[in-house]
Amino acid sequence: MNFSVISTQFPSLLLQGLALGLIYALVSLGYTMVYGVLRLINFANSEVFMIGTFTTLYIQTNFLGYTNLSQPIHGAKLWYSLLLSLVGSMVVSALVAVIVELVAYRRLRAKGANRLASLISAIGVSIVLLEGMGILTGSRPKSAPRLLEKWSFGEVAGANFRIDTLLTIVIPIVIFVILTRFVTQTRLGKSIRAVSMSEENSKLMGININKVITLTFIIGGLTTGAASFLFMTVYENTAFNVGFNMGIAAFTAAVLGGIGNLKGAFYGGIALGLMEQFASAVIGSEWKAVTVFVVLVTVLLFKPNGLFGEAVQQTRT
Amino acid sequence: MMNTLKNFNLRDQGAKIWAGWNRSSRVVFVLFIVAMVGLLPFASSFGPTSFLNTPISSYIDVLVFPVGMFVLMALGLNIVVGKSGLLDLGYVAFFAIGAYSQAILSTLYGWNTWTVLPFGIGLAMVSGVILGLPALRLRGDYLAIITLGFGEIVRIVALNISVTGGPNGIPGIPNPPSVLGVKFDLEHTRNFFYLVVLLILLTVWMIRRFTIRRPGRAWEAIRQDEDVAALMGVNTLVYKLWSFVIGAAVGGAAGVIYASKVMVISPDMFKFEVSILILACVVFGGLGNIWGVILGAAMLAYIPERIRFLTEARQLVFGLVLILMMNLRPDGLLPRKKREKITEKGAK
Repeated sequence: MNFSVISTQFPSLLLQGLALGLIYALVSLGYTMVYGVLRLINFANSEVFMIGTFTTLYIQTNFLGYTNLSQPIHGAKLWYSLLLSLVGSMVVSALVAVIVELVAYRRLRAKGANRLASLISAIGVSIVLLEGMGILTGSRPKSAPRLLEKWSFGEVAGANFRIDTLLTIVIPIVIFVILTRFVTQTRLGKSIRAVSMSEENSKLMGININKVITLTFIIGGLTTGAASFLFMTVYENTAFNVGFNMGIAAFTAAVLGGIGNLKGAFYGGIALGLMEQFASAVIGSEWKAVTVFVVLVTVLLFKPNGLFGEAVQQTRT
Repeated sequence: MMNTLKNFNLRDQGAKIWAGWNRSSRVVFVLFIVAMVGLLPFASSFGPTSFLNTPISSYIDVLVFPVGMFVLMALGLNIVVGKSGLLDLGYVAFFAIGAYSQAILSTLYGWNTWTVLPFGIGLAMVSGVILGLPALRLRGDYLAIITLGFGEIVRIVALNISVTGGPNGIPGIPNPPSVLGVKFDLEHTRNFFYLVVLLILLTVWMIRRFTIRRPGRAWEAIRQDEDVAALMGVNTLVYKLWSFVIGAAVGGAAGVIYASKVMVISPDMFKFEVSILILACVVFGGLGNIWGVILGAAMLAYIPERIRFLTEARQLVFGLVLILMMNLRPDGLLPRKKREKITEKGAK
């Protein structure tokens, strides 16, 4: 126990926690969107994240031709490369998410199968993706080229405020604002909310359920892909099993905030990121996961539907 | 042809044949099956059955772990997931608690396996209560994440405290002492198999007793609709806790035997993947049906060992088998009886 770090490093822990938390928030959208309409844990989302990190890596090394030895780049070329890897990672992740839906969920849903059956087939897809990437990469971790020189804007209240921290804070917030507007104001967004309220009734209202479900998988894939890009920009390395811990953390974040709604994913992610950073600093990083789960159990005891939980009659169906 | 194949329900056909038999033919049939299982350790050395032999690991070892252990644990998890419909993603925690109580008590205090066994089961049950009391008030997927967290916590604690030896684990766990001249050591692996089979038979007997009595009916009611069960006067929390604790007891027993068989345990044997694998065994075989679960667990434990020659692609093939089987038979290999089958609310 080392409580003095809180007072000495408070601003930098806060910043790091916020940045990490927003990455969690983006990945947890992949769980929460799907849970909202299907009432199923999208188990393969962790592997969607993993594929996203490798896509970023592939675009930067094979497509743009940077190597681990290349110098950081500047100006328009830098922003072009970053934008390309961001968009590429988002698109590929969304594609993988759609394939996951087709393979693991659609047929089983058409048969009216048990929920656990789709859980197991999603686990199957997840194993195939994981092991497939393990074989492709020879199970070795890969490091990404450092395109973005991590210059610091200087000290903000004693914390080193760097460009990559800024990016990991700005991009998720922009995505959340766009997504919230999309879900509340557009026709497609409204159909997502309708399906999550009642599948039968939305079918009666002429909503194409399959289209809406695919759409939620696409959205989840897009945000997860953006998270993979940010993860690669900050941590600069990946491995075939990188998705596992991220998946558990993101799912915890979704539950903490109240699974099935956007606000829950956002604040749940931030809360989880902050908790992890402070818990590692105070108690030690090996007890990080334990602290997080103890907090989660406590929160769920008092608010059984998470911090921003959905209405009770919705969870009970 | 395709349609009859699709609607063919092995469980119901089997039940029909079974119902048509008198008591003596049933006894003969059960004895025959038990004898076949008892002969399994010899299967690898005889003519046509020698294709069962596993290419890399020793066949008899495979029969004990993973096959026997997985069947035992899947039966335990089936009480929780299949009978009362609670999604438990951290079942490995109870296995770990059983294994660590055997390891610590035998190496530090010199207890033998048979004295540790009731103690390990008790410890697993107590931890089931500690986890269950807060967690079982929650529903569905919230329960899943809490149990998942519990499984990880047990592993992390084992990894970071000194009495469990940290990441190196605990070596030198003694084998069980011999009982009535039946030895349990490296040369007598076969006896471990018979021990596990005995435990499996005991568990099956226990589950069947529970199923036809009050707890079984309560679990069934809770699984079909918890609110209605509560309205009908079922004390849902108590019965959910019971199913959780009994499941934990089976996991604990499996852990004690496992630790005394492998003689060394370390935290990375109790990863999240094991919980998932056991859950896959239950769903793959047929949720809620004992015979399906046994068949599913035996297959899912055995297949990866049989195809070990594929080395890297082994797990990949395993994943493909899971996807394919769930798509072809969403209710598992041997689904539960029709009358027990209900369409879950909300599941489409």
